[in-house]
Amino acid sequence: MTRTVLTVDDSRTMRDMLRMALAGAGFNVVEAVDGEHGLEVLSAHRPDVIITDINMPKLDGFGFIEAVRVDDDYRAIPILVLTTESDPSKKQRAREAGATGWIVKPFNPEKLVEAIRRVAA
Amino acid sequence: MDELEAIKVTFFQECEELLADLEGGLLAMQDGNDDGDTVNAVFRAVHSIKGGAGAFGLEPLVRFAHVFETLLDARRSNEIPGTPDLTALLLRASDVLADHVSAARGLGVVDMDASAAMAAELKAATDPNAAPVAAAAPAVVEAEPAFEPAPVVIGAANELLGDDALDDDDLGFDFQPMTITLDAQAADAAVIENVWTVSIRPKSDLYRKANETGLLLRELARLGPVQATLDDSALPALDLLDPEAAYVTWSVRVETDQGEDAIREVFEFVDGDCELEIVRGEAPVSDLLATLKDAAAPAPAPAPVFEAIVPSLEVAPEPAPAPAAVEASVIAAPAAAAPVVEATAAPAPAPVAAAPAPPPAAPSGAKPAQIDVPGPGQSVIRVDPERIDRLIDLVGELVINQAMLAQRVGEYGIAPSSNLAMGLDELEQLTREIQDSVMAIRAQPVKSVFQRMPRLVREVANMTGKQARLVMDGENTEVDKTVIERLSDPITHMLRNAIDHGLESPEERKAAGKNPEGVVRLAALHRSGRIVIEVSDDGKGINRERVHSIAVKKGLISPDLVLTDEEIDNLIFLPGFSTADKISDVSGRGVGMDVVKRSVQALGGRISIASRPGQGSTFTLSLPLTLAVLDGMVVDVAGETLVIPLACIVESLRPKSEEIRPLGPSGHVLAVRDSFVPLIDVGVTLNYRDRSPAATEGVVLLVEGEDGSRAALVADAIHGQRQVVIKSLEQNYQQVEGVAAATILGDGRVALILDVDAVINLRRREPPRPADPTLIAAE
Repeated sequence: MTRTVLTVDDSRTMRDMLRMALAGAGFNVVEAVDGEHGLEVLSAHRPDVIITDINMPKLDGFGFIEAVRVDDDYRAIPILVLTTESDPSKKQRAREAGATGWIVKPFNPEKLVEAIRRVAA
Repeated sequence: MDELEAIKVTFFQECEELLADLEGGLLAMQDGNDDGDTVNAVFRAVHSIKGGAGAFGLEPLVRFAHVFETLLDARRSNEIPGTPDLTALLLRASDVLADHVSAARGLGVVDMDASAAMAAELKAATDPNAAPVAAAAPAVVEAEPAFEPAPVVIGAANELLGDDALDDDDLGFDFQPMTITLDAQAADAAVIENVWTVSIRPKSDLYRKANETGLLLRELARLGPVQATLDDSALPALDLLDPEAAYVTWSVRVETDQGEDAIREVFEFVDGDCELEIVRGEAPVSDLLATLKDAAAPAPAPAPVFEAIVPSLEVAPEPAPAPAAVEASVIAAPAAAAPVVEATAAPAPAPVAAAPAPPPAAPSGAKPAQIDVPGPGQSVIRVDPERIDRLIDLVGELVINQAMLAQRVGEYGIAPSSNLAMGLDELEQLTREIQDSVMAIRAQPVKSVFQRMPRLVREVANMTGKQARLVMDGENTEVDKTVIERLSDPITHMLRNAIDHGLESPEERKAAGKNPEGVVRLAALHRSGRIVIEVSDDGKGINRERVHSIAVKKGLISPDLVLTDEEIDNLIFLPGFSTADKISDVSGRGVGMDVVKRSVQALGGRISIASRPGQGSTFTLSLPLTLAVLDGMVVDVAGETLVIPLACIVESLRPKSEEIRPLGPSGHVLAVRDSFVPLIDVGVTLNYRDRSPAATEGVVLLVEGEDGSRAALVADAIHGQRQVVIKSLEQNYQQVEGVAAATILGDGRVALILDVDAVINLRRREPPRPADPTLIAAE
């Protein structure tokens, strides 16, 4: 069964990079451009794993994760956040919001797939 | 690798948008709009540029963006106050960032010193209390060679992932064997060295974040053979059980040569969400459990019996070289202290999973990517511009073909009211609509050009010591992409000119009772089927006395020539004219307004100037909306078919002989209402014939040039009005004076499109007409 990954990022470049890495690894990829959009796509596609950026317009990554975690239908979906090495406090906030794990940008596809493997049943 | 390159192209496109957002946000901040959303948007723009640049390993860009972002982050969280000075600094930083982006793209070079100095300024502004940063410290900045393979190893990784993604052989761990120096007799010790005992007591937070103990065990099993023991003694009775709480403790014996760090890494994501102990060696399970039980607060009474559920303690089986397939069996020990899960390495391909059949751990042997393309781009499609160009070409051919058809049908003398003729009319209507719609696809707002201008104005103002504010109008005016691409240079030059030569210094302005800050206005609008760009300033206007004397000094005009104000103003378009007393950095680069004028004319455009002393000047640029089609009047001249752009034609008339007056030895003028306009025989001007027939026998088209000058063009007959597809003469042949381009008519013949202004000027050049400055310029 092909697993579906939802990527939420306002940067087209980053979405394309994620898509390339994930599609190359055999995942089905669905995309959203911000947290609000992410919640819409979530209900339409029921992804197995979510990868989300933090800084986004409308609804940021923290708000998005919190919204997923309070929804009984989706709260068990693992969520990986994209973070940068430079900001451990953001990672901490994302974890408090309910992030399952994180991916440090810039990521390489191996690390990305490894992170997914670590959180996805 | 194509895909990565394509993403890089996307990245740079996105950078353009982000830089525009950045500048827009900063300008809003400059106007006092300092709310959280604006600052956040500005931050995000820089953040996204940095993120993408990191992915492509564009180091200098990343480093600069990082310093920039840090300052914006401080501003965003109100650690530092928003001040006009700060906004000015951010604007200048955005310019440097734009340079870095260009350099990363392989276009241009970053001024390293300026970048380093800016980075130092940004750092100083981020932490005002810190000691001043040495300007020399920041990064060495250099232009990235274009599309140098980025250090990101996507290429290699994709090969790796291509066939058997997630295959546990390929992924996950690096197989960097620990270098342990061991004596021969210490071999036994080594075995013990490689055995670890890991005890895990998850907290409920671990599950709240969608982590799973089973997955952690699976990860451990990747390091080597594992044996896991479950202590469920803390499990309460079913009726007391909180399904959200965590009650169990695992103890895992793992045999691996990868060291403690590798084991610890397995628990990276659950750090703090479980109690974890990693001990080297074969710790007696009971001891460990005791330790953990002590740690686990009030331990409830002996646990009832539960069938331990081990989720997916299984790794994707791979036949031959996969020793890591784990055989797991669950032994539920009745009432005993702890059910034991035994997991042993088995080379056999078929693992036996006792747990409720878990989903396969991984899509082993993953098939080629299935790409689902929903997502954000639903309202926007990206199309290769070449396809649109091709479509436009084809529609052009369709227009020609439709015209040919209409002509053929006309030749058969079919009545205009017949069904056939009416059907053809409808076809023409449809063809036009298709053409308009297709052209609209390629139409773009001039914003993309305009948005580069605020920076230019800032830089030129800085360089010349002027104070200038740019006001823009009509950024959303749409024009064909082919025109947009060629607007940038003339606008740039006109703006430079307006600030450098138009605006006075702040002191002069104050002395003249003006605001020390000059206003430069850049506007775009549609006017009679053309796009008009206006660049105006509120400066001193053209100093006609000086312009005249310079033109004389440079030998461009003769000293005794008397010129009107307008003619003097137009002297600045003469080649070799430069009004600056000293050559300035800005506009004195040997590129004069004459170059602007010529490049505009090459586009079928006109440039004109209006100036009022003390109040400023306005340059008006008018260009066709598209370089692809044209509405024209088809006329006959000396047996040749010509097309005159409809936009130039004021009216057509048949002159009476009394309206024609001779002027000079060979010239004539035509009385049109209250004024006289020069009568120009197109056939003579273009050398189709030596002598013009009497104008009364032909048709006269009253035309107006871009500068408002009028002329009466004499033609032999008018065929009618038609939309024609422009075919460039320059591309297919060479430039011909008096001819703007060519087209193919309905009957398949080539017709030349008249360049009305050039024809008016050609006629003016006919000797002897020394009153025209262009004459002298040409000599």
